[in-house]
Formats: sequence, structure tokens, C-alpha cells
Amino acid sequence: MAADARAVVAHHFDSPDQQREAASLGMWVFLVTEVMFFGGLFLAYVVYRGSFPHAFAAASRELDIVLGTTNTALLLASSLTMALAVRAAQLGRRLPLVVFLALTMALGSVFLGIKMYEYHHKFVEGLFPGAAFRFSGPEAPHAEMFFCLYFAMTGLHALHMVIGLGVLAVMLVLGARGRFGPLYHNPVECAGLYWHFVDIVWIFLFPLLYLVGRHA
Amino acid sequence: MKTHPHTGPVVPVGVYVAVFAALLILTAMTTAAAFHDLGPMNNVVALGIAALKATLVVLFFMHVRYGTRLIPLVVAAGLFWLVILIALSLTDYLTRGWLGVPGR
Amino acid sequence: MVALPSETGIPPKVHYLNADYGIRSWLLTTDHKRIGILYLISITFFFAIGGLMAVLIRMELATPEGDLFQSDTYNRLFTMHGIMMIFFFLIPSIPAVLGNFLIPIMVGARDLAFPRLNLFSWYLFNIAGLFTIWALVHGGVDTGWTFYTPYSTRYSNTHVIATALGIFIAGFSSILTGLNFVVTIHRMRAPGLGWFRLPLFVWSLYATSLIFILGTPVLAITLLLLAAERVFGIGIFDPSLGGDPLLFQHLFWFYSHPAVYIMVLPAMGVVSEIVPAFARKKIFGYRFIAYASVALAVLGFLVWAHHMFVAGMSIYAATVFSALSMLVAVPSAVKVFNWTATLYQGSISWDTPMLYALGFIGLFTMGGLTGVMLATLGIDVHVHDTYFIIAHFHYIMVGGAIMGYLGGLHYWWPKITGKLYPRFWSRISAMVIFIGFNVTFFPQFILGYLGMPRRYHAYPPEFQVLNVMSSAGATILGVGYLIPLIYFIWSMRYGRHASSNPWGVVGLEWETTSPPPTENFETPPVVTRGPYEYSRSEEVADGR
Ligand SMILES: [Cu+2]
Repeated sequence: MAADARAVVAHHFDSPDQQREAASLGMWVFLVTEVMFFGGLFLAYVVYRGSFPHAFAAASRELDIVLGTTNTALLLASSLTMALAVRAAQLGRRLPLVVFLALTMALGSVFLGIKMYEYHHKFVEGLFPGAAFRFSGPEAPHAEMFFCLYFAMTGLHALHMVIGLGVLAVMLVLGARGRFGPLYHNPVECAGLYWHFVDIVWIFLFPLLYLVGRHA
Repeated sequence: MKTHPHTGPVVPVGVYVAVFAALLILTAMTTAAAFHDLGPMNNVVALGIAALKATLVVLFFMHVRYGTRLIPLVVAAGLFWLVILIALSLTDYLTRGWLGVPGR
Repeated sequence: MVALPSETGIPPKVHYLNADYGIRSWLLTTDHKRIGILYLISITFFFAIGGLMAVLIRMELATPEGDLFQSDTYNRLFTMHGIMMIFFFLIPSIPAVLGNFLIPIMVGARDLAFPRLNLFSWYLFNIAGLFTIWALVHGGVDTGWTFYTPYSTRYSNTHVIATALGIFIAGFSSILTGLNFVVTIHRMRAPGLGWFRLPLFVWSLYATSLIFILGTPVLAITLLLLAAERVFGIGIFDPSLGGDPLLFQHLFWFYSHPAVYIMVLPAMGVVSEIVPAFARKKIFGYRFIAYASVALAVLGFLVWAHHMFVAGMSIYAATVFSALSMLVAVPSAVKVFNWTATLYQGSISWDTPMLYALGFIGLFTMGGLTGVMLATLGIDVHVHDTYFIIAHFHYIMVGGAIMGYLGGLHYWWPKITGKLYPRFWSRISAMVIFIGFNVTFFPQFILGYLGMPRRYHAYPPEFQVLNVMSSAGATILGVGYLIPLIYFIWSMRYGRHASSNPWGVVGLEWETTSPPPTENFETPPVVTRGPYEYSRSEEVADGR
């Protein structure tokens, strides 16, 4: 092992390759646990949408499709910049790494801003489940169930994004200090995997929540 | 695609941009399709396109296409268990009314 | 039996226990061996709490009248007994203590893949325990360890949220442990150590880790939704919104049935190590046992609704789950047959670990066979929520998992501490535990079959004889558990020094010193043969 490689390899690993592959496998296994974590909510969605299709369609029409589609595009763009940030880290290019990480965080923040705006609207319109829930359509309790799921799923997703932003902030600082390069960039790579996963969750949430009842 | 001995896969920028463009187009398609009444096909289209988008992200942005064979196995295991959770639960929900006896 | 000359030895000058001193060197350690010992201390503490609850339960049930506790108190006792024993003792027991200590050594690595994560998960585990103990001290929980809705979300006035959060956090700790094991086994194996040269203990913990990874998150989200529903007074299990309380049960048992395999698979792994070691024979059907571990982990996920047969689920789905549940018997039986075949014509020595392993095989078989009975729809409807169930799962969890845990602890104690414990007392305690266990739980099969329901603090007088038997057995069992506690502690100070291979067996862990050095091996091992190579048994063994 070359001297520069030894400097970035923890004592219990034999080589930078072993360390990198362990880190990425660990991250993927963690993402599998995340799939199952969201999986419980997806099961609840499937069961209740199967039981109350009309109420779910009607409730879904209350969501703002323009904002939802915009957010989808924003998140996809943030995945692109994230991928480019990882690439910059792999190549040891410090300035592009910092720029792309900052862009990713900016896009993610705008997503969260729009999400907050949507939440605020739902509160004002009385669509937050609970005593103040008001729904004019038929099957109001079942529509309320839709909104329980809407807030649970998007809320959990938003929480993941907030955590992601925190992780990216750390990567930004470390990256600016020049900690990453061709031999050592697992942290950026793992942060990227996490960010893309959060993107994928949204890729499914978008049609399930926003597009259900559009054609009626 | 060039690789430094220890870097892992370095994917050309063009690939990322092309994937991003495809993702945007698919988003537009799924949104447009949702406004047409396709019957049960609405669900198929919406979920099919979502699955396609997710696959693109996994394969390219997340480097599964370039990595070791183990990672696709991990992804498949995750999906398989998600299917177990949903499908076996549905055996209950889809057949619950069959007997016509409440609670059976 | 005369002590073997090779049993005692001179300890190495520097090993992981004395490489560093002081409380900081323990609380901030990233050495998997030290973390295993930290877990040992934590789970022993939680076992004591859960055991105390069991003592109180058995005291109450010694008489038919509910004279010692109010029914409310009794509800809290059995709830806390279940939560402590399942989430804070059984689930972490073998994986977090023995697995932590042994997996890196057995794969010839210097540590787990993520040592700091490992320490972090120990802290999470203790924080989780503190949450739960806080709830216990402030009045406890009365929902049963299963937290069924809508009682838990709407009606119970006890500390459901704190306890659920405790279990939620403990879940993260087990997820991180499982993740660490999987990555270590995949990525850190020594040169020459292919998958089919791994000890079966490693295979069984790999399978266990799969359940940690794939099941625990579902429990986490379920408890989170439960807590949210309690906080907001509204949520997805709420029948007034069309919510289905059975959905909670589906989600809960999706994890909690496989959790049984989290408890018993590692014990099977321990038995797969002990049986060939003390029969001085290569294990019979290595690949079958390895595959059976993975098969149990997978099949374990396909059977969960057998807990819901009388809860109002579809009878058609119940039929499917009933049939799938019976399939679990196949890999379980494969293991039992292979262990038995290993014993056949072996030169068996009746050392303490072997006593536990044999105890495991018998008791697990009884628990497993009654499990097949319970998977049968008709019988399940008859004995549902009776003591038959209690007896069945205690045969699996206590007779199976704890026997395996104690067997493993006795097998590897010389490696972990470098000290030998008294042979006589350890054999006595193994016997006492076996007898005490059966006297405690066999009567409960009969009680259940006669119709005594679980979770009541009073019962009709005709059940008293069997209940007194059970309580008496519990006393014997309790004494049986105290004896090892005493002589293990004794041995740390007064025990003779163990040689690096006191049992005269094969395996990577026996090729390093007792206790091992911090980096596990003086020179990184290269593996050239499979496990359990007793073909040269005449040299390896001792000619007794
Ligand atoms: Cu079960």
C-alpha cells in the first residue's frame, strides 16, 4: 500500500478499495432498511386506497399539482447536481465539489420551502387531520385518512431531506477543506446515495399523492 | 468511463445530463397521462413511469450499473421484501369479504 | 474427568482487556470485543429486571385468587416482563454479545467494518433501555408487549409513548448491529475464507442480520405511527376514519414473528459450534445447516398472520398463512436431524456447553412441534390466548434461545476472559436450569389445553396444582440462573488461566490467545481448510 493510501485507510481495513466497498455496501444496506421503513406507510396507503378509491381521488385533487410537479423537477435537478458533486470528489476537484454541493443544498431548500408553503395552505384550508378538519366532498372521514397518509408520508420524506441537508453541510465544510480526493471520498459518495434515495421516495410519492384523481 | 485504481467509477457528465433529461421528460409524461381517463391503466402508467424513473436514478446516479454484483442483489432483496410485506398483507384484504360473514 | 494438561495456560502479556485501563478506555472503546462485554453487562441488567417481573408474576399465580396484585398492576407486570425480555435481552443477547465478540475473529478480521457505529449502537441500546425504565418507574405500560390498537392508541392511560420510543431506539441499535455484521461478513473475510468455510455460527448470524435489517424498520415505522396517533388523537389505525386495527397487527407481526428467529437462529448457530466440538466430529450436513439458516430467515417473513387467526382476518388468507407456517418446520427439522447425525458415533464429552446444547435440541424440538400444532387453524382457535401459547413460546425463547446463549457463554468464556470457571458447578447449574425450566413450563401446556387463559391475575381453583408446580419450577430456574452469575464473576478474579484452546477444538477463535490481542491475531490468518476439520481428531483431541 502506498503511503498516501495508508493515511486514509482505517486500521482495520487492508486497502482503500476494501474500505470504499465496505462503506458503500453499508450505505446500501442502510437504504434497504429505509425502503422497509417507508414500506409500512406504502402498505397502509395501498390498503386504504383500495378500500376508499373515490375518497382518495377526491382528496388528492385538493393538492396543488403545479407545486407538486415543480418540486419533482427541483428534486430531480438536485439529484443531478449531487451526482456531479460525487464526480468532482472522485476526481479531487475541490471547487466544483463545493459548488455542486451548495447547488444541491439550495435546490433541496427550495423544495422544502415549497413544501412548507403547501402545508401552510392545507392548515388554512382545514385539511390537516384532527378536530379542525373540514372537507366538503363525500366520505369526509376517508378523505381525512388520505390526509393522514399525506402528512405522514411527505412529513417523513421532508424529515429525511432535512437530515440530508445537514449531512451535505458537513460534506461541504470537509470538501472545502480539501479532505476528499481519488483515494478517499466515501463520505460524499454515501451522502449522495442517501440523497438519491430520498429523491426516489419522492418519485413514488408524487404520482401516489398528487396524480390519483386528476382525470375525474 | 475512466477509472483510477481506487476511485470507483467516474461517469461522464454527458451520461448524467442525459439521465436528468429523461427523468424530466418522464415526469412530464406521467403528469400529462394523469389527466386522461385510462381506467385502471392510470395506475399502471403512473407506477410504471415511477418505477422507470427510480431505475434510472439507481442505475446511473447511484452507480449500480458500474459497481459490484453484490449491490444489485441488495437492491433486489429490499424490493423483494417490500413485495412480501404488501402482497401477503393483501391476501387478507382482498379476500376478507368473500365469505359474506363479518369478521371472516 | 481429569483436567487436560492443555486446559490451563499462561496468559499473553498484553491482550485486549489490559491493553488500556480506566473507565474512559471502556466507554469510548471501538474494540468489538470490549463492546461485546459492554453489551453483556447491559443485557444482564435488563434480564434481571425482566426476571424480577417474572418472579412477581409467578408469585401472584401461586394462588387462584388475585390477592397479591391488582389486575391493573398485573397487566403492567406481564407487559414489562415481555418488553424487557424480548427487546432488551433476547434480541440483543447472542448477536450483540457473542456475535460482536466472535464474528470479526471468526472471519479473521481485526474488527467489525464500522467500529464506531458499533459503539454508537451500544449507546443507543442503553438510551432505549433508559426510556423504557423511565416508563416503568413512572407507572409502566399495560398494553401487553404487542401494543394492539385501538387500546394502545386510545384507551390505555399508561406510558405507551415512552415505551414505544424506547423500543424504536432499541430497534435502531439492532439495525446498526445487523448492518455491521453483514458488511463485515461480506467484505472483511480473511484470505482463503470462502463462504463455505465460514463457521455455522457466522452463517446463522448472517441470517439473523438479514432479519434485523429487513424486519426492524417495519416495527419502527409502526411504533412511530402508533405514537403519532396517540399524540394527535387521530391517525391511520383509527376506525372512525375507516382505519383498520388489523393493519397494525399485520405491520407489528411482520417484524415480531421474524423476531422469534432473531432469538433462535443465533442459538442454533451456537449449537452448531458446540455439537461438533464436543462430539469431536465434523458437522454432518454443513451446507444444509447453512442454507437452513437462510431459509428460516426468509420463511420467517411469510408466516406472520398466524398470530391473527382469531382477530378477524380473512379465513382464506388464514389458510395460506397456516400452510406457510408449517413450512418453517422443514429447515428447523433439517438442523435438528443434522445435529443428531453429528452426535452419532461421535466421541462425546459431557462438558457444560454440550449439556446446554443438548438441552437446546430437546427443548427447541418440543417448542417447534407445538408450533406446528399452533399453525394448524383448528387447534389455534381452540388454544388461542391460553397458557398453551405461553408454554410454546417459552420453550422456544427460554428453552431455545437462553439455553443457546448460556451454552455459548460457557463455550467461549475462557476465550473472552482468559479464565476457567468451575466445571462442577457449571454442570450442576446446567442441570438445575434444565429441570427448573421443564417444571415451570410443561405444566403450562396442560393448563392451556385445559383452557386457562393468559394475562389474568386470577384463575379457577382447579388450576392451582399445576400453577404451583409452575411457580416452584420458576424458583428452581431462578436459582439455576444465579449460579452461573456467581461463578462467572468468581472466575474473573480467581479462575485459573485458560490456554488458547482449552477445549482442544478447531476454529479460528481458538488459534489466537485467550484473551485475544486487541487486533485479534498476532499475524493475520490465512485460511486453508473448512471448519470442523476433526478428521485428524486423534491428534487434535486428547486421547481421553
Ligand atoms: Cu409467529
